[in-house]
Amino acid sequence: MSFELIGNVLIAGVLSGLVYGLMALGLSVIFGVVRVVNFAHGEMMTAAMFAAVVLFNTWGIDPFMAVIPVVVVFFALGYLLQRAIINPFITRPEHSQFMLLVAVAIIMVNALLIAFGPNARNVQVDYQLESFELGPLLVDAARLYAAGAALVCSAAVFSFFRFTMTGKAIRACADNHMGAKVVGLDIRHLYALTFGLGSACVAAAGCMMVLLVDVTPQLGPAYTLMAFVIVIVGGLGSMPGALLGGILIGVSEAGAGLFITPSAKSMVSFALLVVVLLLRPQGLLGKRP
Amino acid sequence: MNTIEKTSLATLDVGVSDATEGGADAGRRRFVGAVGAAAIVSSSSLMRPAWAQSAKLKVGVLLPRSGVQAFVGQSCQFGADVAPAVLKSLFGVDIELMNADTETNVDTARSRAERLISEGAQVLVGAFDSGASLAIAQVAEQKGVPFVINIAAAPQITEQGYKFTFRNFPTSVDLVVNGLGLARDLFLATGTAPRTAVFMHVNDTFGQANKAAIASILPKLDYLPFKLLDTIAYDPAAKDLTVEVARAKATKADFLLLVCRLNDAIILRREMVKQRWNPMGIIGPGNPGMYEAQFYAALGKLSDHCISNVPWYDPKSVVTKAIDAQMRKQFPKEKLMYHALNVGFTFESIQIVADAFKRSRSNDPKVLAEAIRQTNIASRMMLGGPIKFNAKGQVEGIASACIQNFNQRPMVVLPAASAEAKPVFPVPGYVRA
Amino acid sequence: MFSQINPRARGLLAALALLLLILPWIANNYVLSVAVLILYFAYTGQAWNVMMGFCGQLSLGHSLYVGIGGYSAAALFVHFGIGPWGGALVAVAASMLVGAIIGFLAFRFGIGGVYFALLTIAFAEFTRLGFDHWQWLGASGGFFLPVKQREFNDLLNLRGSPVMFYYVMLALATAALAFCTWLLRTRIGYYWLAIREDQQAAQALGINTFRCKMIAVLISSGMTSLAGVFFAFYYNNLFPEQIFNMGRSIEIILGPIIGGIGTLFGPILGAALLALLADGITELMAQIGIELPGIKQVFYGSCLLLVTMFLPNGVWPALARRLGLVSAPGPDPAGNTVRHPDG
Repeated sequence: MSFELIGNVLIAGVLSGLVYGLMALGLSVIFGVVRVVNFAHGEMMTAAMFAAVVLFNTWGIDPFMAVIPVVVVFFALGYLLQRAIINPFITRPEHSQFMLLVAVAIIMVNALLIAFGPNARNVQVDYQLESFELGPLLVDAARLYAAGAALVCSAAVFSFFRFTMTGKAIRACADNHMGAKVVGLDIRHLYALTFGLGSACVAAAGCMMVLLVDVTPQLGPAYTLMAFVIVIVGGLGSMPGALLGGILIGVSEAGAGLFITPSAKSMVSFALLVVVLLLRPQGLLGKRP
Repeated sequence: MNTIEKTSLATLDVGVSDATEGGADAGRRRFVGAVGAAAIVSSSSLMRPAWAQSAKLKVGVLLPRSGVQAFVGQSCQFGADVAPAVLKSLFGVDIELMNADTETNVDTARSRAERLISEGAQVLVGAFDSGASLAIAQVAEQKGVPFVINIAAAPQITEQGYKFTFRNFPTSVDLVVNGLGLARDLFLATGTAPRTAVFMHVNDTFGQANKAAIASILPKLDYLPFKLLDTIAYDPAAKDLTVEVARAKATKADFLLLVCRLNDAIILRREMVKQRWNPMGIIGPGNPGMYEAQFYAALGKLSDHCISNVPWYDPKSVVTKAIDAQMRKQFPKEKLMYHALNVGFTFESIQIVADAFKRSRSNDPKVLAEAIRQTNIASRMMLGGPIKFNAKGQVEGIASACIQNFNQRPMVVLPAASAEAKPVFPVPGYVRA
Repeated sequence: MFSQINPRARGLLAALALLLLILPWIANNYVLSVAVLILYFAYTGQAWNVMMGFCGQLSLGHSLYVGIGGYSAAALFVHFGIGPWGGALVAVAASMLVGAIIGFLAFRFGIGGVYFALLTIAFAEFTRLGFDHWQWLGASGGFFLPVKQREFNDLLNLRGSPVMFYYVMLALATAALAFCTWLLRTRIGYYWLAIREDQQAAQALGINTFRCKMIAVLISSGMTSLAGVFFAFYYNNLFPEQIFNMGRSIEIILGPIIGGIGTLFGPILGAALLALLADGITELMAQIGIELPGIKQVFYGSCLLLVTMFLPNGVWPALARRLGLVSAPGPDPAGNTVRHPDG
């Protein structure tokens, strides 16, 4: 097994991992604050991917530009979803939340099937097939751009939580729900904002993902599961953990594809998940619950 | 990551068939043009004008029109939708379709089959997928209602001992034998002799069956010049084939032997360009993926020169021409060549039951099943010998054609008798426009 | 349970039992196949309910046990000629072993709630991928049981008519109901409810929560695997992609959640309601003349959404109250512990 092969595969793993990380970041943000596990996460990303495809095919808007309108729309949708449907559920048991979001997921998958048909769609940007040569290594251009954009988006989310008043208020909510109520924070609004933000993350990830993957209505569940694996490994509720988890999953699947049979590479992610759950249930970067 | 069928969540489903009148459009039936007339003359042995039967044959059509396999199911459905009009005009048989959606779920497939029978379906056809087809086979077996499978390649289906299940589709073994035979013909026709190949396959029911067939057959074929350097299995739900392609490229094989499905074929082809891997060509030894509309739409010029050795319609057959004409009429936006295999075998499965109906002059499922066993249809759409079932209910001798993509459409390049173009191998490397 | 319900309810129950017994004489094959499906999901729902409804452990990977049960019995049948009843013993043992491993790892390491749920998914998916590569069991190519035409019902080998399968499933579902009724009245049943309501308090009272939770997992996994044995012989073929699918796990749990989690009749009612709902929507679509793949599932999802939003405890508790079937207040059927958002 040559150095080139390993190098190429590892680079691809890290780059894809960053995009996966951004997707999982949305899930992690929502769980960290609202404490609802979004079982319709992958479906939301699929919808965002379709949005990016439509914008590209109708007006020729590059997915990297499409991020802006798509993120805005998904933020609003996420806000409304939380306000209208999910909010009453935050005090209900997990299985009830699970049911609710599974129902939302079923509706989304099939609404997409009705709207776009069953075929795979993609965007044919002109840099789609380019790759850069770095000595003996080849780096896929679209993947590199997507990973870069994922980093930028994640940085924006981090700074929002660290530097803005609203971000701090949301963190306060997450740290101490009662305390936040006592000092007079509008919890409903903040929860809805958080859900909106989580949706915006996954929408941004969808816009990048559409450069790497063709979108079909059925794509959602696989990504929901992947997002779970990533956030559990990284630490549910931890933002850097989501990115780290994404990279870890990206790299370990790539490694498994090289050293074991590629068709079993997801087994490695699940094995990793089990190991992390057993040895460090809060995740690699998570705080003890 | 792996597919989880969330659509199949909706499955405690116990369907009532969404029975619709298949060929109700009276205009459709009058479409017999010059082609149709010619067909009637040429197949006059089948035409018995005096044949009069009061009732229509009720055909239950079960296809996965939603769920994970929605795109194939909807593609197959075209073949069913054109069948009543074509069968009426070519062979003078009246059938009525009763459509049902299996939702890519075995429980739904089973209860829909029951429902169709209880609503009066006299024969069943479908259901693209091996799992769903087998679920329906249970029902067919218990009710003694004949079931003709349109597409499903798992060899075991006709080995399990069903008496009422028939299959007019090659088993994986036949597919691979034909496919590899055509590979030799291709090398002969182009004067090439690749020494090495890397074999990649999707690890699902179909891919696994093909892999087993290749593993057992390839060593016995002494006429093939190449040997396999590596076998790489990948997940059917894979969204990213970077590692797989990197590994395949590292073998430095002369060409890629690929058993794929549609979406993975698209990802894989793109990844090959990104990784700048230009083998002599890609040859599919009997699998879908590289001749489907979506493959061309998603890849554009990149789709060119991929080779699929698959069952194909005979472009010169009268039945093909009639179906092509009917499809243009009913579905002006669709082109037959992009649904070739799906439409072809779905239509033929209905043609088989219609033919049995005509010969037996009976609507009784048991009599129909007996008549299906005696099937001998020469005037068919797909390439190959006449449709005849063996004792196990399997049609033997379905031929494959070597299909190569040129200018974003599939062209028959072999066998020479049906060829629409000359094969190109090794294929030119992809050059960015 | 029977002490909670009044004579009126008992009368209804008897009528239902009678109806189910004579169903094969009055229903056509289609209705019978739907009934088999309902009973199948009523049974698996009941089994899942032991773990979640009684003991409060949310499993989202129950297809794992169905799959292991199915594959064990089928493998014994095909490779060694051992009939389904002998196979069922092995299937139950194998499933319980897997359940024990998962339960041991999770409960020893203090994994609960969402984390436990995700662990169960991970194990199910891991196993699915493993079976996808297990050549002895056909790998992803599928595993097939031989089919023979039988003129008579061979109960010993589970070979026969739909009516036979119907009665087998009816017997299983009835046995499950009786078994669960009994379980709830045993000591362990009360311990489970205590753990479900408040694990720490239960522990403080001296209940060995680890042991109790392990027993719940063992019973639930063992029961579920029998459904797998049935599935294998009903369909005569197994594909890892189908049987271990996460979608199958979700199908199993929809019934009890909709019907009423932690109740004895919830899983049965839920399975029936969901089947009728799916059927009804398809019928309705056909009547209106809409033929649009996917529209049915949109309606189905919307109904699930509405039920979840407005009947948080499921349909059965609300229905039982409305019809006056329950005379004494039972344990809180939903297992609702009001959870602080801080977790």
